[in-house]
Amino acid sequence: MAASVKDSPNDISSNGKDTDGQWSLWEVFTQPGKGAPHEHAGSVHATDAEHALQNARDVYARRGEAVSIWVVPADVIVASAPGDAGPFFDPGNDKAYRHPQFYKVPRGVRVF
Amino acid sequence: MTQPTTVTADESALVAAFEARIAAGESIEPKDWMPERYRRQLIRMMSQHAHSEIVGMLPEGNWITRAPSLRRKMSLIAKVQDEAGHGLYIYCGTETLGVDRHELVEQLLDGRAKYSSIFNYPTLSWADMGVIGWFVDGAAIVNQTILAKASYGPYARAMVRICKEENFHKRQGYEICATLANGTPAQREMLQDAVNRFWWPSLMMFGPSDTDSPNSAELLKWRVKRKTNDELRQRFINLTVPQAAAIGVTLPDPDLKFNAETNNWDFGEIDWDEFFQVIGGNGPCNRERIAARQQAQDEGEWVRAAATAHASKQHRTVQAA
Ligand SMILES: [Fe+2]
Ligand SMILES: [Fe+2]
Repeated sequence: MAASVKDSPNDISSNGKDTDGQWSLWEVFTQPGKGAPHEHAGSVHATDAEHALQNARDVYARRGEAVSIWVVPADVIVASAPGDAGPFFDPGNDKAYRHPQFYKVPRGVRVF
Repeated sequence: MTQPTTVTADESALVAAFEARIAAGESIEPKDWMPERYRRQLIRMMSQHAHSEIVGMLPEGNWITRAPSLRRKMSLIAKVQDEAGHGLYIYCGTETLGVDRHELVEQLLDGRAKYSSIFNYPTLSWADMGVIGWFVDGAAIVNQTILAKASYGPYARAMVRICKEENFHKRQGYEICATLANGTPAQREMLQDAVNRFWWPSLMMFGPSDTDSPNSAELLKWRVKRKTNDELRQRFINLTVPQAAAIGVTLPDPDLKFNAETNNWDFGEIDWDEFFQVIGGNGPCNRERIAARQQAQDEGEWVRAAATAHASKQHRTVQAA
C-alpha cells in the first residue's frame, strides 16, 4: 500500500529529503485558542509529519500561542494565482444583493 | 518567480503597477510579481537579519553556564532559544522568495553573507548579559517595530511575531542592569564597564549614515525600509538616555546633550572606521563566531543523519504494510 499523503509529500524521496538535499517544507497553521480558526504561522523543514509537528511546536508555540497545530506538506497546497485575483473573485464582487445594505427598511425600524 | 533582467515595455508597466500597490500601502505576497531587484534586496536584507539572530546566540550562550542564579539561567536559556526561533522565522520568510535555507547557511559559513556587527564583540562579564538585552535587543526593537510595516508580507509578519518576544529580552536585560546598579561598588563598576564597551557598537547596529548608504533611497521607496538609519538611531538614543539616568549609569559620550529645538539628544561622532573593520571581518570575534557556527553544523550532522534515517525507515514500514 502506498504511504498516505500526510507522511510523504510528493517531492520527497524515501530518505525524507527533497531534490535540493534538504528536508522538505511543511506549512504550519496554529489555532490560538479553543474555538478560533487555524491561521498560517510560517513553515518548517522536517523529515516526516511527526517531525514537522515537533519542529512547529518548538518554533511557533514556545509561549502558549497555540492549542492546536496543523502541518501540511507545502507542495500539496493549491492556491489561487494573484494575477487572476480580479476575474477569479469577480462572481462574488458584482452581487450587491448579497449584502444587507442592498435592502431598504422603513424609516425608524430596527432590523437588528 | 524568476523575472527577466532586461527591462521591456511589459516590465515597466508591471513595475509601475507594483510601485502603485506599494504606494497604496498594500503588502506584497510571495506569488505576486515583483521586480528582480526588490527580490534581491529582500533576500540580502532578510538573510542578513536571520544570520544575525543565529550568530547572536553565541555571545550570550557564552554565559549560560555561569549565570549567577537559577532564575537568571532559565531566562537566558529561554532568550537564546528565542533568538534561534527568530532566525527560523526569518529564514522561512526568505525561502518564500525562492532561495533555500541550505544555501543561505552555506553563505554564512563561507563568509559571503554578513550579519550584524554587534555580535563580533566579546562578552567579558555577566554585566554584558544585562547590557546586551538592554541595548542590543532595545535597538532591535526600534528596528523591527518599523520593519513590521515593511511591504513584503512574510517579512512583516515575522517581525510582528519577533517584536512580541523582544520585549521580554529587553526587560530581562534591563532588570539585570538595574540589579547590578543597586549592588556593590564592584558590581556597579562592572555594569559601567559593560555600558562603556557596548554603547558605541550598539549605535553602529543601525548602519552607516544614510548619506553613505547607497541603497537607502530605493529601499525606502519600495517600503523595504520605512525609516532611515539615522532616524532609527536617534529614536534609540532618545529612548535610552532616560533609562540610563534612571539606574545611574553614564553613557560614554561627552557630547550627549538634549537639544530643546529638535527634542532630540545630540550625540558625538561615531567611529565608522571601526564599524567597517568589524563588518569587513576584522572585529574582535569574527573568526571565533564563524568557527563556532561551523562546529555546530559539523557536530549536528549525526542528528540530521539520524532523523533522515528514521524517516526513511518509517517510510519503508508504511509502504510494506
Ligand atoms: Fe531576536
Ligand atoms: Fe532578542
